[in-house]
Amino acid sequence: MNKLIVSVSPHLHNKESISKIMWMVILSLIPAGAAGIYIFGIDALWVIILAVVSALATEALIQGFTKKKITIFNGSALLTGLLLGFNLPPKVPFWLPIVGSCFAIAIGKMIFGGLGQNIFNPALVGRVFLLASWPKYMTTFIQPMAAWGGYDAITYATPLALLKEGKLTEKIPYLDLFLGNRGGCIGEVCIVALLAGAIFLFIRGYLSWHIPITYILTTGIFTYVFGPKGLFTGDWLFHILSGGLILGAFFMATDYVTTPLTRKGQIIFGFGCGVLTAVIRLWGGYPEGVSYAILMMNAATPIIDRYTKTRIYGTR
Amino acid sequence: MKKLAQEFLKGIIRENPTFVLVLGLCPTLAVSVSVINGIGMGIAATFVLLGSNIIIALIKNYIPQRIRIPCYIVVIATFVTIAEMTMKAFSPALDRALGIYVPLIVVNCVVLGRAEAYASKNSVANSFFDGLGMGIGFTLALILISALREFLGAGTLLGHPLIKGFEPAFVLGMPSGALLVIGLLLGFFNLLKKRKA
Repeated sequence: MNKLIVSVSPHLHNKESISKIMWMVILSLIPAGAAGIYIFGIDALWVIILAVVSALATEALIQGFTKKKITIFNGSALLTGLLLGFNLPPKVPFWLPIVGSCFAIAIGKMIFGGLGQNIFNPALVGRVFLLASWPKYMTTFIQPMAAWGGYDAITYATPLALLKEGKLTEKIPYLDLFLGNRGGCIGEVCIVALLAGAIFLFIRGYLSWHIPITYILTTGIFTYVFGPKGLFTGDWLFHILSGGLILGAFFMATDYVTTPLTRKGQIIFGFGCGVLTAVIRLWGGYPEGVSYAILMMNAATPIIDRYTKTRIYGTR
Repeated sequence: MKKLAQEFLKGIIRENPTFVLVLGLCPTLAVSVSVINGIGMGIAATFVLLGSNIIIALIKNYIPQRIRIPCYIVVIATFVTIAEMTMKAFSPALDRALGIYVPLIVVNCVVLGRAEAYASKNSVANSFFDGLGMGIGFTLALILISALREFLGAGTLLGHPLIKGFEPAFVLGMPSGALLVIGLLLGFFNLLKKRKA
C-alpha cells in the first residue's frame, strides 16, 4: 500500500532534478570563472576555491548538527559558493571568502530551512554582508592582466567607481569592457564568457529570457534617458557592459527560489531590478547597485507572486 | 520570603523582558552599540522600573480604571525626568551617547508592561522585587547584546581593544547588525528552552 503514490493531476513526469539544473548552471559559469582567473591571476582561483569549499563545509556542518539529510552534493551550496567567489575582488585576505560563504549559507539559506525556503539569494546576502562589514577589502580592485606583466598586483578602480568619482576622463573602449579588460570582481568582468554560459542555459531551457532581458533593457533605457548632459544623452552600452549587471541579470536574478513564478511576475521583477540598479548607479551612494537591486526585488517577490497569480481555467 | 525571591528571579531568566517577553526592543536595538551605553541604559531603566512599580503599587486603589494608562505614564515620566537630569548632571558624555533614548524610557514597553500587568495588582514589596528583577534582566540582556556587537563590530570591549589584528565587521555596529544579533540570540534562547522542555 505504501508503494502507491497518490497525487493530484497533472500526472506528468519530468526527468529534470534540482541537482541536474544546479550542475548545469555551474557548468555554464566555468568559462567566466576561467576568464576571471586568466585576467586577474592565480589569486582569483584561490578566492573561488575558498568560497566554494567553505560553503560546502558550512552546509554539511549545519545539516549534521541539526540531524538533517546532508545535501551538499546536489550542487546548490557549491553554486552559492561559486557565485559568491565570482562577486569578490580578486585580491582579498584569505578569511574574507570563508566568512562570506559561512554567512551566505548559514544566515542566507539554512536559517530559513534550507534550499527552497530562503527569501534572499544566499550568495548576494554573503556579498552584501562582506561589503557592509569590510568595505576596505571589498572595494579594492586590481588592474587586469598585471600578473602577466610580472607584477603581483596593481590597485585599480572599476569603471563605475571612476564614473561615480567623476574621474572617468577617457572613454574605455567597449571591446575592453566586453572582453573583460577592466577592474572588477572575478566573475563579472568577462562579458563574452558570461554570455556564452547564458546562451548554453537558454538553449537547454534552464533559463527564460523574461527576467534577464527586461532587467538589462530597463537599466539600459534608464541610464540612456537620464544621461549626464540632460535627457537622452546617457552612455547606455557602458552601463550595460560595466559592473556586475550581466552576471547578476543572467545568473543571480534568475535564481528559481527567490524570484516570481509567473512570466508576468518575472517581467515585473526584471523591470524593478533594472530601475533600482539605474537609480543606485546614477544617484545613489554606491557606484554599483546590482546586488542591492536584486535583494530588494527578492523581498518583493512574494507580493509580486500574489498579484500575478494565473487565473484557474474556468473561473473568473 | 521565598515568594519574594521568586518575584525577583523570574525577571532575570524565566521571564526575561528582552528574550522571553520581547518587550522594549526599540531602546535595545538603538543603544546596544557599546557595552557602556548598554549598562547606562539598563541602570536608567531599572531605576525607573523600581520607582514606578513602587508608586503604582501604592496608589493602585485610587487610580480610576478608565484613565489608568495616563496615570501610569505621569508616574513613569516623573522618574524618567529624575533619571535624565541625574545623568545630565553626573555623566554628560553618557547622556549624549544615549540621546533621545533616555526620555523615551517613558514609553518603554517593559516599564508600562510591568505597571499594567504586575504593579497594579500586587503588593508594594512584591512590586519592588518584580521591578528589580525585571530591571536587572533587562540590563543583563543589554550587556550581552552590546558586548557581542561592540566586540564583533568594533573590536573593543568597554572601549579597550581586545585582540591584536582582529578586523571587526562594521555591519554589526549598524542597525542591521542589531537586528541580526538580537534575532540570533532570540533563536538561541528559544532553542535552549525547547531542549529543556
